[in-house]
Amino acid sequence: MDARRASRTVIDPKVRQVGFFTPNAETAPSRTLSGPPIASSPPLSSSPASNSLYPVMIPPSRHLSDTIAIRTAALPVPESASRRKEAGERVPVGSYNPSESLLGTSPVTASPSSRVGDATLEFSDESSVRWYRRSDSGKLASSFPGGGFDSATVKAPLEVPEKSGEEVSKEQKEVPSNSEPLKSKTTTKAERRALQEAQRAAKAAAKAEGKKPAAVTRGGAPGKPAKQSLQKRDPPPVASSVAASDKKGGDRPPEKERKKDVPPPRMQFDDKNRVDKAKRRAVVNQTEAKNRVELFRHLPQYEHGTQLPDLESKFFQLDPMHPAIYKVGLQYLAGEISGGNARCIAMLQAFQEAIRDYTTPPEKTLVRDLTAKISSYVSFFIECRPLSISMGNAIRFLKSRIAKLPLTLSESEAKSTLCSEIDRFINEKIILADKVIVRHAATKVRDGDVLLTYGSSCVVEMILLYAHELGKQFRVVVVDSRPKLEGQALLRRLVAKGLSCTYTHINAVSYIMHEVTRVFLGAASVLSNGTVYSRVGTACVAMVAHAFCVPVLICCEAYKFHERVQLDSICSNELGDPDAIAKVSGRTDVNYLDNWANKENLQLLNLMYDATPSDYISMIVTDYGMIPPTSVPVIVREYGREHLWA
Amino acid sequence: MADVQGLVNDFATKLSKRKVEGSRETARMTAELLRTVISQQKMTSSTNHAAVLIDAVRGVGGRLIDANPVELAVGNIVRRVLYIIREEELSLQAGELTLSSQDSDREIDEEDDKLFLSSAATYQRILHPPSLATLLGSKTDTPPACHPSASRNHDIEGKADKSPSSLTLKRHIMEAVNDLIEDIKTCHEQIADQAVELIHQNEVVLTLGHSRTVKKFLCAAKEKKRSFQVVVAEGAPKYLGHVLAKGLAAKGLQTTMIADSSVFAMISRVNMVVVGVRAVLANGGVIAPVGINMVALAARKHAVPFVVVAGTYKLCPLYPNNPEVLLNDMRCPSELLSFGEFSDCIDFSIGSEAPLLHVLNPAFDYVPPELVSLFVTDTGGHTPSFIYRLISEFYSADDLALQQKLLPESEHSNSI
Repeated sequence: MDARRASRTVIDPKVRQVGFFTPNAETAPSRTLSGPPIASSPPLSSSPASNSLYPVMIPPSRHLSDTIAIRTAALPVPESASRRKEAGERVPVGSYNPSESLLGTSPVTASPSSRVGDATLEFSDESSVRWYRRSDSGKLASSFPGGGFDSATVKAPLEVPEKSGEEVSKEQKEVPSNSEPLKSKTTTKAERRALQEAQRAAKAAAKAEGKKPAAVTRGGAPGKPAKQSLQKRDPPPVASSVAASDKKGGDRPPEKERKKDVPPPRMQFDDKNRVDKAKRRAVVNQTEAKNRVELFRHLPQYEHGTQLPDLESKFFQLDPMHPAIYKVGLQYLAGEISGGNARCIAMLQAFQEAIRDYTTPPEKTLVRDLTAKISSYVSFFIECRPLSISMGNAIRFLKSRIAKLPLTLSESEAKSTLCSEIDRFINEKIILADKVIVRHAATKVRDGDVLLTYGSSCVVEMILLYAHELGKQFRVVVVDSRPKLEGQALLRRLVAKGLSCTYTHINAVSYIMHEVTRVFLGAASVLSNGTVYSRVGTACVAMVAHAFCVPVLICCEAYKFHERVQLDSICSNELGDPDAIAKVSGRTDVNYLDNWANKENLQLLNLMYDATPSDYISMIVTDYGMIPPTSVPVIVREYGREHLWA
Repeated sequence: MADVQGLVNDFATKLSKRKVEGSRETARMTAELLRTVISQQKMTSSTNHAAVLIDAVRGVGGRLIDANPVELAVGNIVRRVLYIIREEELSLQAGELTLSSQDSDREIDEEDDKLFLSSAATYQRILHPPSLATLLGSKTDTPPACHPSASRNHDIEGKADKSPSSLTLKRHIMEAVNDLIEDIKTCHEQIADQAVELIHQNEVVLTLGHSRTVKKFLCAAKEKKRSFQVVVAEGAPKYLGHVLAKGLAAKGLQTTMIADSSVFAMISRVNMVVVGVRAVLANGGVIAPVGINMVALAARKHAVPFVVVAGTYKLCPLYPNNPEVLLNDMRCPSELLSFGEFSDCIDFSIGSEAPLLHVLNPAFDYVPPELVSLFVTDTGGHTPSFIYRLISEFYSADDLALQQKLLPESEHSNSI
């Protein structure tokens, strides 16, 4: 017991730093509810140094033992920032390297949340971090009986209250500094509610700041890179800001900092430090692609096809990973599941299974521990393949649901609630939404129409089939493009159902566009400036349709809407396997680029998405009706919040 | 003669089977074939040499065009050769005229009046390349003018000893055709010479598919120590972009290969689009490998200059009417869908009255002149609106209608 206590005490201060680190945290401790975990701890002030620590600390731990080791290393030196730093640095070398692959966790968590970009995620991450710390420390204690650490300790006194977290926390609200650790551990229902209120009020302001602290905490690496990591996908959406504000309310950075950090940092892969750190912690062993395209240095460019066997061999070592998660992750990696909805549903169902099999470890609360678990799963998914925006939104949803679980629920109740929530999400936001979209869009199909579609979108497919069932007479033009050739599968299904189809490739789109009367396109996401983020080539098709004055209808479920904005397809995108460009399937005569990797001046670029400007779009068909692209922000604002918080 | 006929047949078969790749190759082979035709053409003493040659070339040209009406380079070359013949004839005639007019100064009769008129017209045409006015007027003026001159010519030749004039005519024509062939062969270099003026340091140039002219153009800029990047779209269904990318990378150019669908995504970072085309039409529109219209639209959206590099042999004096359909080729559907994979669908469709599955694989795109910023030809840079003028320099107004006359093949042969 002693050992445990000691270790915990040691850890606590660090924890605090991790979660709430802001250089000036002490200055703005005020936010009543949200503040608690953070504000007091003196170590915060030492921020820069402490930042450097973070990488070490952050571990959303799948691999407890490893992380523990790290922590232990870090632990003893809490007092002086510089010393800590050393420890932190040392740690990766010692403990990380040997079991590199396993250790992946901490970076992982960081990255996922950053990609998803929502506050909930961040929130969860922090919380998870904290929790893990604790749990780890507990474990530490148990596993490392050598209580030597204790001596190093900082403030032992607080441990007791922790155990009975809730009550204590209430009391401690009033207590300014020392009590905080307790609070951080568990927020009571009341607290949370209050937080929510507060957030709502201060949403806008919170956004900006919220990100920052989160970023800091997360980015294990020295401060700057950390920020970048966050940026990776998107600026945190509304909900996120809220969540962030919750957490961080207490330690808002002063105005200056806020302004500085307004652009929410995403992981930029052209930052060497950051990437190195992330790499060390990655579960999936990625080899950097050769001949990377300079313009896309900021995106991860890995060699494809190498990770799978590696990961398979690691199956038994990744014990904390739920098999369902593992399976879905591998399917992402192998490309077996693709398409925004399919990926999202697969992920949610995997989560569902994981939640069903979940048991709260002793001395932890379900809310936090589960959130942390989810975060670690998410980071695993991200390593397999960058998250789609739809998945990010779903994760945000799930986390908000977990966070809002009433504490009075028993574990099994909570689990069943969550499972049914997930079911509800899948049914309402995806399946039902699709049905509504199909109904809406089918009214736009008239007899004699020639409908053009690009790639393979499941909603568009449903629309075509439904319109066909209604007995409408129309022709379908399926436009396809290399390297995925998803249109072929769609074509096969449509022809099997008896639809009259024309198949062509994207270059011929301006040839075929003369006879087309409507263009139906799917979307991976609709961004709030009306830009449609979708399979690469969609923009070309929409552009040509626009040039030929053919209306373009985008069919997209509202849960894929996102509040971030994007002007081009370069700042944020996903890179596919460059080899797919060199090899033309079914054309053995095209083999000019067989060993292109040896040519140093030649790069192959396989973009996955592009951004269609809103002027090419006539209408967006969504489950809330048919709207012009200018109305997207309204949907994002009004319904996005509802879907997270209602 | 039989020999020539065989050659013509061979070439026509090749054309109709689309065995000749690339308009430059086609142009060169056409010119060489026509040269053979001209050299083998027997000059009968009684007839007008030029007219005989013109008929012969037209006949062969008609067959070649029929073999592949879409390959506009054939028609262009036929017209060029016809123009050469006409010009040589005129210049020869003019020379004789001046001689004869000096000789027979005093003989003034009606015929000479007539002759004088026509000779004035010929002078005009020789000394001044046709202006817009003469082009417009030529429709009405030239046929009557031509006829008397031809008949007069006949008279002159009838009077004079045939051999020297016919020989010189032929010799002149052969020389001119050789020049033409040489031009076709070297136009790349002349185009490439202009590259440095158009490509700047650190620029990003996008192209689609493979064009030898574009490759030479880019390499020329590279050789002049410009360092710039090239983005190559692969150009389905032929994927010749791969060849180009490989070639450019071998020359040391920083090359990025992208799928065609990424064109729109990439074009916002591109400074210039350079493409090779199949043919340039009289209105400044171009017939280009499929996909280029999409590139042109994207370039316009992002205000990126869209530069077409084309040798003058690609100038076609036709105004397009529905060029996407009429000047297009359909390639094999198996380039898109492997029959094996889709055999079930195909079988399924055979049973029903109308097939369910169509596969479209067009070979060319039409890019309207609004989308083209600049033509770089071996005679310099031109805007689309200037193309008509270039055409009037290379073709005779009498030959513009070549194809229309030839299309109803039977009538044509009857009339001649």
